[in-house]
Amino acid sequence: MHDVSNVGPRIIFRFGDSGVYVTESVVFGAIVALVLIVLALWLTRNMKAIPTGKQVFAEFIVSTIYNLVEGTMGKKALNYAPYIGTLFIFLILGNMLGLFGFRPITADVNTTFALALITFCLIQRQAIKTYGVKGKLKEMCEPYAFMFPLKIIEQISFPISLGFRLFGNILGGVIVMALIFTGLGSLCHSLNLPIPLLEAVIPLPANAFFDIFEPILQAFIFTMLTMVFISMEMMVNDHGDEE
Amino acid sequence: MTPLGLILAASAIGAGLGIGTAALGIGIGQGLAASRAVEGVARQPEAKGDVLQVMLVGQAVAETTGIFAFIVSIVLLFANPFPGML
Repeated sequence: MHDVSNVGPRIIFRFGDSGVYVTESVVFGAIVALVLIVLALWLTRNMKAIPTGKQVFAEFIVSTIYNLVEGTMGKKALNYAPYIGTLFIFLILGNMLGLFGFRPITADVNTTFALALITFCLIQRQAIKTYGVKGKLKEMCEPYAFMFPLKIIEQISFPISLGFRLFGNILGGVIVMALIFTGLGSLCHSLNLPIPLLEAVIPLPANAFFDIFEPILQAFIFTMLTMVFISMEMMVNDHGDEE
Repeated sequence: MTPLGLILAASAIGAGLGIGTAALGIGIGQGLAASRAVEGVARQPEAKGDVLQVMLVGQAVAETTGIFAFIVSIVLLFANPFPGML
């Protein structure tokens, strides 16, 4: 666990000698997705018109996410709410894996770039839906035609910065936690303590920050930026000026 | 000093300097955003939720350059390409 000597993807299973392999992040991502599916099925079983018990909690989550999407993107974008909500909850759980002693799946650059790529595709889909392919190309040539390469770079740099932001924040947290645990462990060793007592309570505030606060904040920021950039493509502007 | 030792020492210094300088800029930038947000909330306490949300997203965007510096430092420390060039 608390080992930073290998920050790349960790291969844990390989199909024979072929180049096909399964990494740690893929396995934990599938586990998180399974947990979410089971939780959603369990929360929505025996639904009644007047909610009781666990249905209240499920309705609270759904209505909170719909309110957030409506407040940020407007009423027209409510069909994005299921994706946004799934992304938000998946990211929170995926970032919080450090709390259970595993490596967070988003501390792997491949996971964050896959998610950023989905966002990129959604942005382009929305742009084509709003302007059409020709209209989008025309919009990118405004105000001057020589701005076209710059606009292309702008479009491509957004998912890159989105992926690196999440990856860097979570990996930074993982490295700081690993440093804390390694330092306390060697301190215990030099004090000749039979059980590593220092590692029990002292890292708790750091755990609270890097494994609870930071994951929620980063998941929120990732979904927020996704929403903002999708909704920027939803506004039709006839004048072709900024905004 | 062997060439490899020199490369490793220079990489460590470069990683520390890079992330340190970037953190300086981000700290100032995020502090400016936070101070303006505090002013906004003090003037209009009922807009606290919206101001907080906008502040967090703005700070996250301001953080991007620092994250790139962090990635460069991580590459220098854990995936250093220079020893292979010897």
